[in-house]
Amino acid sequence: MSLNLPSYPQPDGRGRYGRFGGRYVPETLIPALDELERAYHAAKADPEFLNELDRLFKDFVGRPSPLYFAARLTEHAGGAKIYLKREDFNYTGAHKINNCLAQALLAKRMGKRRVIAETGAGQHGVASATAAALLGLDCIVYMGAEDIRRQAMNVFRMKLLGAEVREVTSGTSTLKDATNEAIRDWVTNVRDTFYILGSVVGPHPYPAMVRDFQSVIGEEVKVQLQALEGREAPDAIVACVGGGSNAIGIFAPYAYLPGDQRPRLIGTEAAGEGVESGKHAASVAGGRIGVLHGSMMYLLNDDEGQIVPPHSISAGLDYPGIGPEHCHYSETGVAEYVPVTDAQALEALQLLTRLEGIIPALESAHAVYHAVGLARELGPEGIIVVNLSGRGDKDVAEVMRLLEMERDEGLLDKDVERVVGEVVA
Amino acid sequence: MTATLTRGAERIQAAFEQANAQGRAAFIPFMTAGYPTAGAFPAVADALLEHADLLEVGIPYSDPLGDGPTIQRASEQALAGGTSTRRTLALVKELRARHDKPIAVMTYVNPIYAVGPREFMRLAADAGVDGLILPDLPPDQDIEIADLAAEYGLAVTFLIAPTSTPERVRLVAEACTGFLYAVSVTGVTGAREGSALGEVPAMLALAREYARVPVAVGFGVKDAATAAQVAQVADGVVVGSAFINAIREGQDVGALAAEIARGCQR
Repeated sequence: MSLNLPSYPQPDGRGRYGRFGGRYVPETLIPALDELERAYHAAKADPEFLNELDRLFKDFVGRPSPLYFAARLTEHAGGAKIYLKREDFNYTGAHKINNCLAQALLAKRMGKRRVIAETGAGQHGVASATAAALLGLDCIVYMGAEDIRRQAMNVFRMKLLGAEVREVTSGTSTLKDATNEAIRDWVTNVRDTFYILGSVVGPHPYPAMVRDFQSVIGEEVKVQLQALEGREAPDAIVACVGGGSNAIGIFAPYAYLPGDQRPRLIGTEAAGEGVESGKHAASVAGGRIGVLHGSMMYLLNDDEGQIVPPHSISAGLDYPGIGPEHCHYSETGVAEYVPVTDAQALEALQLLTRLEGIIPALESAHAVYHAVGLARELGPEGIIVVNLSGRGDKDVAEVMRLLEMERDEGLLDKDVERVVGEVVA
Repeated sequence: MTATLTRGAERIQAAFEQANAQGRAAFIPFMTAGYPTAGAFPAVADALLEHADLLEVGIPYSDPLGDGPTIQRASEQALAGGTSTRRTLALVKELRARHDKPIAVMTYVNPIYAVGPREFMRLAADAGVDGLILPDLPPDQDIEIADLAAEYGLAVTFLIAPTSTPERVRLVAEACTGFLYAVSVTGVTGAREGSALGEVPAMLALAREYARVPVAVGFGVKDAATAAQVAQVADGVVVGSAFINAIREGQDVGALAAEIARGCQR
């Protein structure tokens, strides 16, 4: 099977998903976005580009990623069958590599020798640095000082791969500020630089382009589920959303089906310490419409328009907005977005690890948590696919720190006892 | 767009005409509202207004992606001191009580949406604001904002850049009602070494083909010498980061403004 990049009905000609999306950027970038849009459309129709991307997906990333039946997790949940789409199997450890390779290939095709990227958890940075090394491009990665502290190993990986990591200390020193800095770099060096944007956010055509590159995830699920269960669509798909690229990658191939054929599409947002606490990154549940990084979307911002710093246990979900297509899905009822807290994600991480021997990324653990409850709700006839967007290696040190904190507060024994009890039962 | 000029557009264009009639480019200093503190800002603004043809007041914003580190840090400091969107408009209202020169407010779009476009325009008009400068709003993104601004008598200024194609220059120029803002370099705001002219002459030649409003140039103008270069080719000269740097270094903002204003003489 050779690769085809899908064509979806959204966005409209102006880069809008309903009222979301658009291009709210300095005028300097508009011609570059026009150029990118033209180059992307040409590449999408060029068999040479598609064949090269297909070859890289297979031989470099290791696609297709398995669709794995999680028997012990299913048994534990006591309801619907739970399948895991194993994006954690991808080279570099997450779905991010799909998009980075594709964009880097596009950059090379456009004759740009210098690529820049922003990163929170470091997965997008590592994937960008990897793609740049593979294709012989100069790579600069912007990363918040706080994230550099949390993800030291990924910083080292990027440097080893030959990328320059630029520390961002403005604002809250996290992903949103790294993104601001990357956009500033792009405004300054727009003529010879390609910005590899890491999620389905940013000005048009980025949300559409990143979605198309990530939709390989959902397209594979269709084929794999057909072979395993005799049908293309499960009853529900669950994926975590920060910006929302892994979720859109598994949702989009199903989202434009007629309502009666469409599975329930559920995005889990990082609720941090709870949406009511104010310390969260749940843009749908706790935000309102605004503009950030070039796009209109649900956004954590106060009543004077200042961006409210998000909080999540997971650096990859720690973003104050959510991609415009997700906003449109939410507003039109195509997908649901539910909050999952830090504590619930940590619990799900331990659960999946002990039951299946898979240590998921903290991001993905948000989806796993919701899937367990949903399985009970759907009952044994149901089928759920969880997008396991990445592996947890990068989070192990942070998880150890958090669990030690819980132990010191006398919380862990009870928690472990309960998890073990559930496993045995 | 309304065919007749709004009150704000008339006042802004008159300021340019007066300066140009006197053989000068209009001098447009910029200052972040609430910087260095909400209490000290009015005196800074007074000092700038004394030499200005038009004052540009920035609404401090948490994520100013078109600005360089100087203005970003000034915004962070102003926000920490409690100056945000509504407070900025209140500060402008106080200035308006003492000054008759036109005042334009620079804002990213998110504060406008957060307050509500109509409410924002109402507050701005009530404060005596003459125009809006919108660095992250290409005019084809949101027609409603420009229409609402016109309804409340406010002029709008959009930006062009050296990368702008002739089609974009035309679109932006035709949408501007106060003045057109030409960015001198590809990049963010901030004082720079070397000539501030860069790619300006070619860009201005293109802009003048389409613009029915005066054209001002900004980004990277830092002193009388760079202002003088720009004044040779532009109708107005915008200077921002240099004044913030001056405050940070304890220099006399009024003296610097006087010097740069002299640089705007042709």
